[in-house]
Amino acid sequence: MLVLALDTSTPAVTAGVVTVSADGVTVLAERVTIDARAHGELLTPHLLAATESAGVTLRELDALVCGVGPGPFTGLRAGMATAAALGHSLGIPVHPVCSLDAIAAEVTAGEPFLVVTDARRREVYWAAYDAGGTRTRGPEVSPPADVDDPARVAAGQQAPAVGRTVAEPAYPTPAGLARAAAGRLLSGATPDLLTPLYLRRPDAVEPGAPKRVTTP
Amino acid sequence: MSRIVLGIESSCDETGVGLVRLADDGTVELLADEVASSVEQHARFGGVVPEVASRAHLEAMVPTAERAFAKAGLTLSDVDAIAVTAGPGLAGALLVGVAAAKAYAAALDVPLYGVNHLAGHIAVDTLQHGPLPKPCLALLVSGGHSQLLRVDDVASGIVELGSTVDDAAGEAYDKVARLLGLPYPGGPPIDKAAADGNPEAIAFPRGMTGPRDAKFDFSFSGLKTAVARWVEGARRRGEEIPVADVAASFQEAVADVLTAKAVRAATESGIGTLVISGGVAANSRLSALAAQRCAEAGIELRVPRPRLCTDNGAMIAALGAHVVAAGRKPSGLDISANPALPVDTIVV
Ligand SMILES: [Zn+2]
Repeated sequence: MLVLALDTSTPAVTAGVVTVSADGVTVLAERVTIDARAHGELLTPHLLAATESAGVTLRELDALVCGVGPGPFTGLRAGMATAAALGHSLGIPVHPVCSLDAIAAEVTAGEPFLVVTDARRREVYWAAYDAGGTRTRGPEVSPPADVDDPARVAAGQQAPAVGRTVAEPAYPTPAGLARAAAGRLLSGATPDLLTPLYLRRPDAVEPGAPKRVTTP
Repeated sequence: MSRIVLGIESSCDETGVGLVRLADDGTVELLADEVASSVEQHARFGGVVPEVASRAHLEAMVPTAERAFAKAGLTLSDVDAIAVTAGPGLAGALLVGVAAAKAYAAALDVPLYGVNHLAGHIAVDTLQHGPLPKPCLALLVSGGHSQLLRVDDVASGIVELGSTVDDAAGEAYDKVARLLGLPYPGGPPIDKAAADGNPEAIAFPRGMTGPRDAKFDFSFSGLKTAVARWVEGARRRGEEIPVADVAASFQEAVADVLTAKAVRAATESGIGTLVISGGVAANSRLSALAAQRCAEAGIELRVPRPRLCTDNGAMIAALGAHVVAAGRKPSGLDISANPALPVDTIVV
């Protein structure tokens, strides 16, 4: 099946066209730019360029896969709003994937490992995986020093921050996104709800009493 | 052949999706206007929380679009053009609508127009009252904007004559409501409380009306402080706050300044039509005083019904239709949202 994979949960603006079958995932074309402030601008041009380069049209797609974070909220939503509207207008399912799982799907550590990405405010988003790439803990958000899992290897852009041996990849890839969703794509299962993994509440404080403007 | 224009709005706390039909003769007909509001999620914070609004937009975007198509009895393949609010507004909120609109445009292979929210507030009046005279004058008043605009053509020529130098009119309503212990948003409860009050009970200041002040600019910060000072004084003296009188006197000060400046701008520039739009346009005292003063000055007053005055997708679809009819060039699919989009940029 022909699948468009999107992710904007990290500084990478990622779009790729892949085929998914029982034999595995094949990338036909991808467009990736590392620019944390350009998700809103670049994602649609990227996905159009990727489909054109793959020699297919959006109408030929069978499904979408979209990374749902965790990741910085504004950029993350650019990808998710794009995926939701594409799914609506093309009438095809959108399969959500934890973006850390998409990174994990491309890790070949041969032992348990972590995936660690940037959560800003001196914190990281992270999750732990077994040697087979199945998530065993997380996703969580915490300062790098509080990442207390015994794994010795870490992938993801912030892997160096947690003092483990660094493994590739740094960002979710179209192949990883598709692999993380392959089981659900091929089974024809109804997609899970397309909901962001925020992990943090919005910053908002309820106001106290109005400030005095006169001196008593 | 008539064309269907889809409009998407997400600049503040309303997720709006509208559908209009643009006829060959240039008339624009409203087919659907669906809005999902996150206003209740902001109430306990006393104002719009941007992150809360952005989250709500993402959740509501596709369901709201689905409702709009169902309401209009149309399918996505009927759409000939898409318009989306590119700004001004909250950055993270705008981005959700812009991203969705680009995806709809790419999937449906139709042109995309990133348009100005403020121009949308003016264009929406054509859905109710037909084509706008050229030129006309527009007074936009809401929680986010207070502007006096000269509109030579809603699709291509809008000039700002004046705007607020501090708070928006709607913001002043919210803050005064809080002082008086009335709920958020402050417009409707103040309007309701004022109905039983005396608008002349307290002489609150009329901001920016001195001989040396900018003729068409507004200021509501001083008024808000004056109300706070008056309420604190009364409390200190142990008096019960006459909420109705304070609300009526405050509302009178707002309506007085807004209508006086708008009518003066129309008279001085020889413009015969005034459009008042935005959430505060629904305020009963503002519309009554505007009607009275416009009648005295021989100016035609147009106020869209309240549902069209507040933020919605229909206003963006309507503006999109006028922009399409004017033959303006579509936006690229690489546009970005611009939180500070100036009003003279109608299409990005
Ligand atoms: Zn508005």
